[in-house]
Amino acid sequence: MKNTMKLFLAAAALTAAFGTAHAEDKPTIEIMSSWTSGGEAAALNVIKTEFEKRGGVWKDSSIAGFGAADAAFQNRIVAGDAPGAKQGVIGLAAADFVNQGLMNPIADLAAAGKWADALPKSIYDLISYNGEVYLAPTGAHGESWVFYSKEAFEKAGIADEPKSWDEFFAGLDKLKAAGIVPVAWGGQPWQQSKVFNMILLSQVGIDGFVKIYVDKDKGEASVEGVKKTLEILGKLRAYVDDGAAGRNWNDATAMVITGKAGVQFMGDWAKGEFTVAGKEAGKDYGCMIAPESSGMVYIADSIWFPKTGNAETDKAQKLLAEVVMDPAVQLEFSVKKGSVPMRSDVDKSKLDVCAKKGLELMTAGSIVPDQAIVLTPQQVGLLDDFVDEYWSSGSQDAASGAESFFAIFE
Amino acid sequence: MHTKRKRNLSVTLALLPTWFAAVVVYIGTMFWSIRMSFTDSTLFPSSNYVGFAQYVKLFHSAKWLASLQNVLIFGVLYVSGCLVLGFLLAAALDRKIRFESAFRSIFLYPYAMSFVVTGLVWQWMLNPTLGIQASVRSLGWETFVLDWVVNRNMAIYALVLAGVWQGAGLVMVIALAGMRGIEAEQWKAARIDGIPVWRIYVSIILPQLGPALAAAGMLLAMGVIKTYDIVVAMTNGGPGNSTEVPAKFIMDNLFGRQNLGLATAGATMLVLGVVLAVAPFRYAMYLRSNRAKGAA
Repeated sequence: MKNTMKLFLAAAALTAAFGTAHAEDKPTIEIMSSWTSGGEAAALNVIKTEFEKRGGVWKDSSIAGFGAADAAFQNRIVAGDAPGAKQGVIGLAAADFVNQGLMNPIADLAAAGKWADALPKSIYDLISYNGEVYLAPTGAHGESWVFYSKEAFEKAGIADEPKSWDEFFAGLDKLKAAGIVPVAWGGQPWQQSKVFNMILLSQVGIDGFVKIYVDKDKGEASVEGVKKTLEILGKLRAYVDDGAAGRNWNDATAMVITGKAGVQFMGDWAKGEFTVAGKEAGKDYGCMIAPESSGMVYIADSIWFPKTGNAETDKAQKLLAEVVMDPAVQLEFSVKKGSVPMRSDVDKSKLDVCAKKGLELMTAGSIVPDQAIVLTPQQVGLLDDFVDEYWSSGSQDAASGAESFFAIFE
Repeated sequence: MHTKRKRNLSVTLALLPTWFAAVVVYIGTMFWSIRMSFTDSTLFPSSNYVGFAQYVKLFHSAKWLASLQNVLIFGVLYVSGCLVLGFLLAAALDRKIRFESAFRSIFLYPYAMSFVVTGLVWQWMLNPTLGIQASVRSLGWETFVLDWVVNRNMAIYALVLAGVWQGAGLVMVIALAGMRGIEAEQWKAARIDGIPVWRIYVSIILPQLGPALAAAGMLLAMGVIKTYDIVVAMTNGGPGNSTEVPAKFIMDNLFGRQNLGLATAGATMLVLGVVLAVAPFRYAMYLRSNRAKGAA
């Protein structure tokens, strides 16, 4: 099998070599990403601008939706026509590619740039595989956020950010009474899993969360935590509108931006949409960590560097990695995307109030990894199925739901 | 004799590339997939054989079972819906109405669209906050409900609706061509006997259209197995599992979930399903042709 694969790759590399025979003297990179919404594209543009300033040529192959982008990327890898760079999360998602020897390490660059000092240790570990650095981290996102429209809260008469789930639901009732859609719900499996996770963290705490997802613990406390999570999740069903099924996250964000809806559960990339719409954090919209949470779920993006067998592309990859890790780029990127910079040595005063809150939690270590970092893609899919089925079936049976949750890890 | 063999040789040579493609590309990849389904492959192929473990997993997956049920419901309703509506449209056009060719174009037009476009259009129309429901409510009928794409129990019928809208035109054209091939004498004879028009269509025209409708039905049925794009465009399998279909299950596992073993197990079951469905049909054809030869 290995030989056929080699033969296959060799043949593919050969065609690739012929395909790019017209060599260009500038380092050219083709980047595949799923960053296509307003804020995301603006953030990617920060990297692009700097990359071009340093003499690079940028070819954008963005595809909307990370599922679609991943599929296209895998197709290109298997076909031996790997792009020069791919945006993806850190952690287990890239592990298979690295272990198959399909990625270029950037260890020497990381050593020269002293990445180990500039990055938090947990992040540095997650971009290293078998002791070598492979990924260039762009920014971290908090995923425990509840964004709310100040205008809607005012209209409904909600003075303070709710501290507990009971207060939260009381607030949703007020929004409903005021004729506002209480929750802007994005009814896609991945979004629902994020809400599930942020509620779970609020119920089991940081240690409990790590126990469930990393140690795959099925003890009584874990089951009870999942049960309580499902109860809260089930209660939310009454507060979403009819059009929620299948809605994109940025469409849901638009509902909050226009004041049509009260709150949205989402990662902080949603801030990018607010920024593009000219809204300011803390003034037009508020951000709070999900009620009763002792920390925050986070996910971190990075740039992957597939092996293309082309020395020119290798050079371009090095340049891109340098650009991505540049302190100024890290900051500007995060401001546009709504994320928190990966480097701990950047100027924090430019960040908005939400990012500062997030950064506080990160530096305090009150963070837990998103499922994509600690679970295999197969398990991530099963988690999506589980949450989606519970949500859309309208089931009230949280107890038996909690039992079947742990089948994900089998 | 000599020239015949020579011609055979050149024909064989000309067909060789096709044969090669058929054997290597179709049969070869099929067997490769079947082999993969017995391994624990994830993102990349592995040679670690695990027996029927992937199949056990497959049939324990609520999503896969739901997808089988959905494709069955969709298939039966879609094919029969297209055939019935297509036949009725053809019969209506066959009445020598005015602007026949204009109507024919209109009815056939949806078929020229891709399933993605069809899916998106119907998704918008059936979405309660954007489409027909919102428009009717804004006209004053506040309690009007048409929320098929977001309703778990109705979503699969929304797919059928969109599918029939698109596919009926094809059946209409095929049926209409068949009707035009029927001799006018039969009509005259039936008229003289005083048979009502609907009866003529049901008892005289329809039986003669058998082969044409069978061909149309076959074309549609092949599309059912491949159903993927319309689902992705309209509901993406949701809400929940209510519109999940096997082809989508396979694609999701192949790419998003990096689960090659499970995906190929699903694909193998699909091929097996097609073989099981087609085999009795082929066998019946074979028997019939033998009988025909015997009678001659």
